[in-house]
Amino acid sequence: MKSERHITKKEGLSLLKNADLLSLGRMADEVRKKLHPEGVVTFVIDRNINYTNICINRCKFCAFWRDKGHPEAYLLSKEELFEKIKETIDLGGTQILLQGGLHPELGIDYYVCLLRSIKENFPIHIHGLSPPEVCHISEKAGLTLKETIEVLKGAGLDSIPGGGAEILSDRVRKKISPRKIGKERWLEVMETAHNLGMKTTATMMFGSIEEPEDIIEHLDAIRDLQDKTHGFTAFIPWSFQPERTELGMKDSKVKVATATEYLRVLAISRIYLDNIPNIQASWVTQGVKMAQISLRFGANDFGSTMIEENVISATGLRYMVSIRDIIDAIRGAGFKPGQRDMYYNIIG
Amino acid sequence: MSLKKIEEKVLSGEHLTPQDALTLFLSDDIFTLGRLASEIAYRKNGNNVYFIQNHHINPTNICVNRCKFCAFSRSKGEKDAYELSIEEIIEKLRAVSPLGIREVHIVGGLHPEWTFDFYLEMLRRLKDSFPDIHIKAFTPVEIDYFSRISGLNLQDTLMALKGAGLDSIPGGGAEIFDEKIRNRLCPEKIEGNRWLEVMETAHGLGIRSNATMLYGHIEKYEHRIEHMLRLRDLQDRTGGFQAFIPLAFHPKNTRLSETFHMGGIDDLKTIAISRLVLDNFEHIKAYWVMLGERIAQLALLFGADDLDGTVGEERISHSAGAPSGRAISKEELINLILKAGKSPVERDSFYNPLKSQK
Repeated sequence: MKSERHITKKEGLSLLKNADLLSLGRMADEVRKKLHPEGVVTFVIDRNINYTNICINRCKFCAFWRDKGHPEAYLLSKEELFEKIKETIDLGGTQILLQGGLHPELGIDYYVCLLRSIKENFPIHIHGLSPPEVCHISEKAGLTLKETIEVLKGAGLDSIPGGGAEILSDRVRKKISPRKIGKERWLEVMETAHNLGMKTTATMMFGSIEEPEDIIEHLDAIRDLQDKTHGFTAFIPWSFQPERTELGMKDSKVKVATATEYLRVLAISRIYLDNIPNIQASWVTQGVKMAQISLRFGANDFGSTMIEENVISATGLRYMVSIRDIIDAIRGAGFKPGQRDMYYNIIG
Repeated sequence: MSLKKIEEKVLSGEHLTPQDALTLFLSDDIFTLGRLASEIAYRKNGNNVYFIQNHHINPTNICVNRCKFCAFSRSKGEKDAYELSIEEIIEKLRAVSPLGIREVHIVGGLHPEWTFDFYLEMLRRLKDSFPDIHIKAFTPVEIDYFSRISGLNLQDTLMALKGAGLDSIPGGGAEIFDEKIRNRLCPEKIEGNRWLEVMETAHGLGIRSNATMLYGHIEKYEHRIEHMLRLRDLQDRTGGFQAFIPLAFHPKNTRLSETFHMGGIDDLKTIAISRLVLDNFEHIKAYWVMLGERIAQLALLFGADDLDGTVGEERISHSAGAPSGRAISKEELINLILKAGKSPVERDSFYNPLKSQK
């Protein structure tokens, strides 16, 4: 599987801005076929567990966060968390996505204790703590990133999700998430984790106030790092959901990305990131019918079945989707469904 | 037959055969399908995508038919059965008419007690109250029912409706024409031949109509193709159809709920193939209420040139869990069309662009 040369930033920008969507889709489908000639589309049975919604970052695009003391603010108890994990395993789940807000009071000891006790009680993969959380933990502990990740890994953290990337363009980040870590810091967390032998994913939230140039800057940063470390397993673009967010309410020009915009970004992601093996369709933001169509526009993975999801549904968007629906959608598109683990090994 | 041969036929304007259509359904190459359908859409309508400011009124959900695929119908006396009076219908329309509504779309159940005169009165009073609003009303299923309850033949029934203010006929109730499928799906409903006969009679009287197809339930591709071909034959004779509207089945709350497969790709293929097979129809409509806004927008790249309209308070598809909001604003429709790279055109019921509108 030898990849030809990467397309350039200029070529990427031109495709994103000007290419006819069907031609772009066909190109993305070709890249997908080369990387996944076997025609399998994968999914993972997991649950998003958001241990707290208390967050000091208060990003403008987010409807999930609450201040400490707010009536809807919460921090899950260990019992609640264990109950959720138990249910996940009972439903055939193999992994949890453990993410939360940047809680002002939780120190590294809390996380170490949490990770250890999960691992002591359950045979489950912990995909958890996105780069903003890792940085927050390291700053509170006064440890370097490397030390922090080593400690978390030692306690049971298996892999790191690609959240908090939003758009890796500081011009945009200053406007939509001024308190969140910047582009370089996000990349630094991922590079450090990769160098410690951990796999991670990468995401991109588009459709807020970015320009096509910002999307290409984002893709380019991810591709560069991947050339160095090969630590990303998958890329997941998803569209900003403006309902109930500060950004959506204050800027009426910000509209939810339409289907053509989503597929355009998905396709360019597949074409640009030819060194990242997997691209996930986002049924959570697009619905299952669109996710199925995504399989022809570059995606080869349905992502998580999401027994539970809280962050997108905080915007009011909620699709009811079962594992059966996902399998039917994959078959209906002419692919073979495959249950996978976080490393994309087929396990069922 | 290869796609290349089919492409040649399409581009030279030859009718496709059933075998051609089946080849297209079985192909994975949605990109070629989209490109060909777009080419035909472009030849007929340029880069235009039409929409209308309209409002749906469903006067009653009481229906003697009780089709298996329908989540809307109720029997008389059932808890959430309802029937609107003519005054209530007029009130509903009065409430929305300042919004610039051009057309009212009226379809409902086959009410066991309402008389044909009641329906004629409904049309007359609506026309009197809103002389500028186009009345698109009553599917062939209702028109056949009117003919039975009035004892008039089809021609006289339609003339009476036209005389009372009916301007055109929507395309509903077609479902799938194939007799075997129809017998399983909706045994009480009129046969496919009768549906076509109503349309042929209407077209002969100068009443234009649309045509629909309900797909994604228990039918096979062959049934969809045969359905389209029967429509194409009638259209060759009358030229009275304006738009073809493939309707994606929604199983929730129906008695066929185990049949669902979530086929976004199937939706796009069906739009594209209908554009190619129904080469004598001017318009293919991506009805956003049934498809959802996202798939409807994508359909514009697969041969559709019409998004229907603002709709207002549609109830029938939503009873079955259609994946869309109850209504959509004109601005949202325009945004969907522009983002798909097309030119939005607000139209009247006969696809004339409205000049006064931007």
